[in-house]
Amino acid sequence: MIPRPHLALLAAILAAVVVSHFSDHIDPYFLDVLIAIGINIILAVSLNLVNGHTGQFSLGHAGFMSIGAYLSGCVTVFLGPKLLGEDGGTALGQNSLFFAALLAGGLSAALAGLLIGLPSLRLKGDYLALVTLGFGEIIRVIFQNIDAVGGALGFVGLPAYTNFAWTYGAAALTVFVVGCLVKSTYGRGFIATHDDEIASEAIGLNPTRYKNVAFVVGAFFAGLAGGLYGHYKLSIDPRGFDFTRSIEIVVMVILGGMGNTLGVILAAILLTVLPEVLRPVAEYRMVIYSLLLILLMLMRPQGLFNFKLRKSKV
Amino acid sequence: MTEFLQQLLNGLSLGAIYALIALGYTMVYGVLRFINFAHSDVFMVGAFVGYYVGQHLPQNTFGGGFIVLTAAMLGCALLGVTIERLAYRRLRGGPTLNVLITAIGVSLLLESSGQVFFGAEPRTFPSVFPAKDFAFGGLVISSNQLVVIAVALLLVVALQFIVFRTKIGTAMRAVALNPKAAQLVGINNDVVISFTFALGSALAGAGGILYALNYPSIDPLMGVMPGLKAFVAAVLGGIGNIPGAALGGLILGTVETFVGGSQFSTYKDAIAFGVLILILLFRPAGLLGKFTVEKV
Repeated sequence: MIPRPHLALLAAILAAVVVSHFSDHIDPYFLDVLIAIGINIILAVSLNLVNGHTGQFSLGHAGFMSIGAYLSGCVTVFLGPKLLGEDGGTALGQNSLFFAALLAGGLSAALAGLLIGLPSLRLKGDYLALVTLGFGEIIRVIFQNIDAVGGALGFVGLPAYTNFAWTYGAAALTVFVVGCLVKSTYGRGFIATHDDEIASEAIGLNPTRYKNVAFVVGAFFAGLAGGLYGHYKLSIDPRGFDFTRSIEIVVMVILGGMGNTLGVILAAILLTVLPEVLRPVAEYRMVIYSLLLILLMLMRPQGLFNFKLRKSKV
Repeated sequence: MTEFLQQLLNGLSLGAIYALIALGYTMVYGVLRFINFAHSDVFMVGAFVGYYVGQHLPQNTFGGGFIVLTAAMLGCALLGVTIERLAYRRLRGGPTLNVLITAIGVSLLLESSGQVFFGAEPRTFPSVFPAKDFAFGGLVISSNQLVVIAVALLLVVALQFIVFRTKIGTAMRAVALNPKAAQLVGINNDVVISFTFALGSALAGAGGILYALNYPSIDPLMGVMPGLKAFVAAVLGGIGNIPGAALGGLILGTVETFVGGSQFSTYKDAIAFGVLILILLFRPAGLLGKFTVEKV
């Protein structure tokens, strides 16, 4: 008997594929926004695992996203013509290549997460935030200096493989994996690490291990989102993955309520749609964002969509 | 050899600016145990205040320059106190992460408001001090660099005086050591903290003017990189430690200038973060800091 969450995942992926089939009938602008929402859901839910459930304040998520974007782009742009042939290959070939590319992007981001996490995660609060910020910036500077992927001008020429099916299939997978992780013994470990590291150590848990696992898993999905993003925008600008981008994802997590998966998904939707709605006042967007952040922290730090009775600790 | 000395001089000049900003970070951390993300944007506001005030004054005079500097310092002090009062005070007892996020919010607010009100394009800072180049042997020193070093030195000495020889300075050190005990002996923590913010922000404002003297292109996002680097300098010297911040600033400024003149110049910005990571991994207390054991 297949457990219910697995059935839900399969149903979601199936639904995504079906909708994608009819995507020609959907208004292209609307489709664009939907895909952006899907990518932001992946980013927010994966960051929620690190910031919300495990309580580690990471400000470098956009860096992992950029690693995923660049590396999946390398696979499709450099390996693609060799594997698919000059004519572009069949749909099955392209989709397989995309799958491999996304996997490569995610795994390389996860590896980066491991390398960055191992030394950094022993730091607390403020320091971890700044180190992750620093790493995000270092990653950006490194990519700006690699001419093989376009250097400061960005990586162009990525094929348009991202569609509704891939995006929402990946989003469903992210929610599934994070949800299952949180409900498992690992999840107990994450929450214990979040609540009180010293007490967890006292009962025999290794908080560093849980922090690293959360960090690496979060980085993997950020890389996945990056790969989807790269093949949706068809070009990657290294400056688009800076501190501001990381902050936007952090705001989604805080708005939704740290540790609250449904809230974070709702917040991701809201914060993707809001700039579109506010397009007439686009230049005030960051002003509104920052005011929102301040007011939220002063008045409702548990997030907008957090309906739990107790105020969860940030 | 002259090349080396020239770079050293440039590095000291840059380092002096980082030191001024780093002092603000370190003082606020000392009394509140939190990193004021918005500090870098106070630096930016200082430069803009100087820009607007400088437009009404004759250029290239010492008097004009002095007025600009004072105006920027006062304006930033006021801004710092306002930010503390409105955004940070309410969150003082709570989890530090909340204040950190609020600080990020304030920082973004200042940057984006700056972009809306000042416009995002860079402006040229007026030449408020008389500008001349001096040549010693093979070295070229601009008078602005001398101004930077002189003003920074003066401010650091003044700060040392305030912190170690005045009543309010003693109160600051008391609150940094133990806030509850400080209250018990009759110190008004609110006043002390406001004063700390005012002092730190005034130094940032001075840093903004000095930075704009040497790099005359100012824009609303100019504070981000120098602010981060100054924070690294503060950590390098030992966060919470005033001489440490000054030392860290000088070291970082010099290292960055040397890297900028070498073949790795495009990685200049990443150097600061590399230093931060190395410091936090191998000597988290910083060069002059004390090693604190975590108590349960």
